[in-house]
Amino acid sequence: MPSDSRAHSSSPAATPAAAGFAPFFARARAAGRPALIPYITAGDPTLEASRAIALALAEAGADIIELGIPFSDPVADGPVIQRASERALRQGVTLEHVLALAAEIRRRSPVGLLLFGYVNPFLRLGWGRFAQAAAAAGVQGVLATDLIPEEAAEYRQALAQRGLEPVFLAAPTSPDARLAAIAAASRGFLYAVSRTGVTGAREQVPPGARDLVARIRRHTTLPIALGFGLSTATQVEEVGRFADGAVVGTALVAAVHAAVQRDGPGAAAPAAAKFLRSLRG
Amino acid sequence: MARLPPSSGPASPAPAPVACSPHGRFGPYGGRYVPETLVEPLEELTAAWLAARSDLAFQAELSDLLANYAGRPTPLYFARRWTQQAGGARVYLKREDLLHTGAHKINNCLGQALLARRMGKQRLIAETGAGQHGVATATVAALLGLECVVYMGREDMARQALNVARMRLLGAEVRGVAAGSQTLKDAINEAMRDWVTDCQRSHYLLGSALGPHPYPAMVREFHACIGREARAQILQAEGRLPAEVIACVGGGSNAIGIFSGFLADAGVRLTGVEAGGRGPQLGEHAARFAGGSPGVLQGTFSYILQDAAGQIAATHSVSAGLDYAAIGPEHAALRDEGRAEYVACGDADALAACRFLATTEGIIPALESAHAVAEARRRAPRHGADAAIIVNISGRGDKDMEILSRELGLGGAADSPVD
Repeated sequence: MPSDSRAHSSSPAATPAAAGFAPFFARARAAGRPALIPYITAGDPTLEASRAIALALAEAGADIIELGIPFSDPVADGPVIQRASERALRQGVTLEHVLALAAEIRRRSPVGLLLFGYVNPFLRLGWGRFAQAAAAAGVQGVLATDLIPEEAAEYRQALAQRGLEPVFLAAPTSPDARLAAIAAASRGFLYAVSRTGVTGAREQVPPGARDLVARIRRHTTLPIALGFGLSTATQVEEVGRFADGAVVGTALVAAVHAAVQRDGPGAAAPAAAKFLRSLRG
Repeated sequence: MARLPPSSGPASPAPAPVACSPHGRFGPYGGRYVPETLVEPLEELTAAWLAARSDLAFQAELSDLLANYAGRPTPLYFARRWTQQAGGARVYLKREDLLHTGAHKINNCLGQALLARRMGKQRLIAETGAGQHGVATATVAALLGLECVVYMGREDMARQALNVARMRLLGAEVRGVAAGSQTLKDAINEAMRDWVTDCQRSHYLLGSALGPHPYPAMVREFHACIGREARAQILQAEGRLPAEVIACVGGGSNAIGIFSGFLADAGVRLTGVEAGGRGPQLGEHAARFAGGSPGVLQGTFSYILQDAAGQIAATHSVSAGLDYAAIGPEHAALRDEGRAEYVACGDADALAACRFLATTEGIIPALESAHAVAEARRRAPRHGADAAIIVNISGRGDKDMEILSRELGLGGAADSPVD
């Protein structure tokens, strides 16, 4: 499966979820770069535009797309993603819409898909029903921001039954014993939070990020993606020296929103593609 | 009234077991639903709290502050005219409104601020709805020389403007929150974001029996003095336990504080009163049990008001302190077990109860507490004359004077011309 060619638009895999996230990291590693993992809020500015954005991101070289599920009370997010969530919710976007969106993206692209959200909408749908629908949609895995391994037994079981990979956060504040538990609970990859705080673009990759990734590596052979605060090609390149993937969210959401404000929803996908290409240096 | 010695003294080296499981569960409710970054700060807080529980010096300092700074014990006052007028049970009022800063909130703030100092934190973060918890936090921050930032929804800032000024006078920074409904829920979101960013230096002084473990159990315990005192006081006054204890429930800290003193007394009926707001439609009230379902909001699994897709619903109450979409997890467990009963009382009844208590007993309750008064007015006549009931007056109504003045038509020129 690992391949140097970035032939994203070739024939979609028949069972994309079956191999999980591993092939996407393997491919990036073989190309000598970190996996590029853009985040978008589903339904911002519209569900239709989100589909176009996701496909444009895949076409422009995204390895895995984090599809954010809008939530009314996003405590881990900074103002940019909060506003994106509010815009999506104003249009009535629900978890079920996002699952349908994921399925549409999957029909058109083999890009990696990670559902990214807060626990309550998942709970409301029910873990079993959610996992079934997510697997049917063809996503590889899920990250529930406010679900820690200790509270995640049912969730992990439901995902495992459907061959989905639970990705957990590891934080600078997590002591080694917790990192071991987080690594043991995770499948596919781990998401290292670069600094304490909410999502939002920053000038520098925090100096502690490299230490955190090194600490996590002592507990796992899974790939490690770094996120929170990344926004430029320079930062992505720097992250690639010690991590396996780089997540870029706020800066992308802001760039797309600015384009939509200026030129309407049709400008969203081209702006996203342009931003992603800029990350590849 | 009977003024007992300070309720928690240095004489009890072995603290009672905590009210929840080691992972913060009350039955199926509670837990810890937070981003990973906050887990270690919560563990640090839990460890500090558990250590402080059996630390005589800590308990002695807290007891001293509760007695000599906050004004504990608070009286249990027999409401003579109310009882005469209404018939039925003898009505007693637990006077938390007489505490320093005007509400029960100071009990928890003193406890948590001492913990913050013990953990070496330099800064307190708090959210506030009605402003009472914000004022109490600003007060203890001044008392202990800590920095203080209070988040408050802009709508709440408008309806509780006096409390905003009080917090600023006490040296706190008040940050208005323009997101969402601009009320308590949004203030908590913003406080959590601040804490997740600055957790090494700051303590999040959460103001109700809500949020991730250890807050619900810890906040309950800091308010347990209300129930301990009330139980001893009613036994002294009446020679028997009350038939019923009634308290308002926003997050539920004053209610769990007074209920905790009577949980083991199976014959004492426990009644929590939620905000019925303007009516039963979603968005018009804050009655989580009447209109909600189990879910996760702001770190805890409990009853919440949500839509079919799991988005948190808007709420309404005339009282900012009850205007919140989740109820503390221990209340959810008490309701499931049938140990406590929860009812809702609307804005209009609460306003009328406020006027009633003011004119009948010369006590102006906070609009939050007025919900409990309203329910007690309904229930007292159903009891026999030999029964006693306790109503927790969790706060005083000074902060609500603008709303009361508007809603009850108290402003304007003189009542009658003076010749």
